[in-house]
Amino acid sequence: MISYAEASARERLALLFDAGSLREWLPPAERLTSPHLAQLGVPCAFDDGVVIGRATLSGRLVFVAAQEGAFMGGGVGEVHGAKLVGLLQRALRDRPDAVLLLADSGGVRLHEANAGLIAVSEVMRALLDVRAAGIPVIVLIGSNNGCFGGMGIVARCADHVVMSDIGRLAMSGPEVIEASHGVEEFDARDRALVWRTTGGKHRWLTGDCDALVEDDVAAFRSAAIESLDTRRPLTLDALQAEHRQLASRLALLPAGLDGETEAITLWQRLGVSEPVRVPALDVDAVRALRTA
Amino acid sequence: MSLHAGIETLDFSYDGRHAAGRFAPVLVGVVGSGNLEVLLEPGEAPHCRVRVETSARGFGPIWQAVLDDFHERHALAGVRVSINDMGATPAVVSLRLDQAVAELQSEGQP
Repeated sequence: MISYAEASARERLALLFDAGSLREWLPPAERLTSPHLAQLGVPCAFDDGVVIGRATLSGRLVFVAAQEGAFMGGGVGEVHGAKLVGLLQRALRDRPDAVLLLADSGGVRLHEANAGLIAVSEVMRALLDVRAAGIPVIVLIGSNNGCFGGMGIVARCADHVVMSDIGRLAMSGPEVIEASHGVEEFDARDRALVWRTTGGKHRWLTGDCDALVEDDVAAFRSAAIESLDTRRPLTLDALQAEHRQLASRLALLPAGLDGETEAITLWQRLGVSEPVRVPALDVDAVRALRTA
Repeated sequence: MSLHAGIETLDFSYDGRHAAGRFAPVLVGVVGSGNLEVLLEPGEAPHCRVRVETSARGFGPIWQAVLDDFHERHALAGVRVSINDMGATPAVVSLRLDQAVAELQSEGQP
């Protein structure tokens, strides 16, 4: 068993896809680096923190992108975002069987705030174009860094989300919530709270991820292969159904609960028996708990 | 030396004995706190040219010593070494350089 969380972006690609099948576009030797970081005294990375290319998965052609969370928290800068957009636009032309995004990002890279924000919105638009063309987009989340901010939205724009229990998915990250709303609202150092509200088990129970796997590269590979033909309809009806589902989920929770009880109450109202046990259960046991 | 908190660029050049020949570029490491990435590409033999871009300014003599040791170990010829550094310690730099050479020898053959 090889930990997905502890692997680098390049290690994940090498282990997840068919051996030796990755062909990288704009590789490090091209030196397509950030035009903004050096003037802020921050070193560049030769790939700007994201690897893009094509590979095969169980023999089928897929386009892939892997973000490197250890470089600037996987933040999406101008070049990083442009590489993601270019990959998705090329998918429209070349029509691979799927696009897989190995997300590992805190969202927009704040050093390049405006360029990064525009880049993330372009990624969302390009991703939806790819889906509209009938090519599934699959997001894998299992790094220590998680998938937050604009990348959290990108993930939920996809057809299919695979997470490990270590993986985290949300819009505002814990530190951001604490900074803007105070420690009484959210204590970012409370790891149990962070995982109860953003972690893979929670996302599985609420239906925000479609597969829950162990922190194992082979488990991610199997889940990715299984998801290759998964398409969610991209229609107004589907969107409205999603809004109804979110509204009913919101109504499940009474106001005024604190962080100690909020997630557990939600799980209970989603039909999970003995919800207090969820954080201690292993992945197999949690997988069996989903009711709908 | 300016007080500007920018990146410091350092260049080093050696002449080696062990020709690397043709090889696909090798990248190891990640530009994270206390870490660095090392890119090896074919260069002009017999030179081994090293360019370091680092956020930790003022450590030129230590880079010189670490790279002198690296050259003594491997004496590469025809290799261009490019480094992006975020404050890695000399020991980490040496390990990354050796890792890059190991990858070059294991899969660099065309």
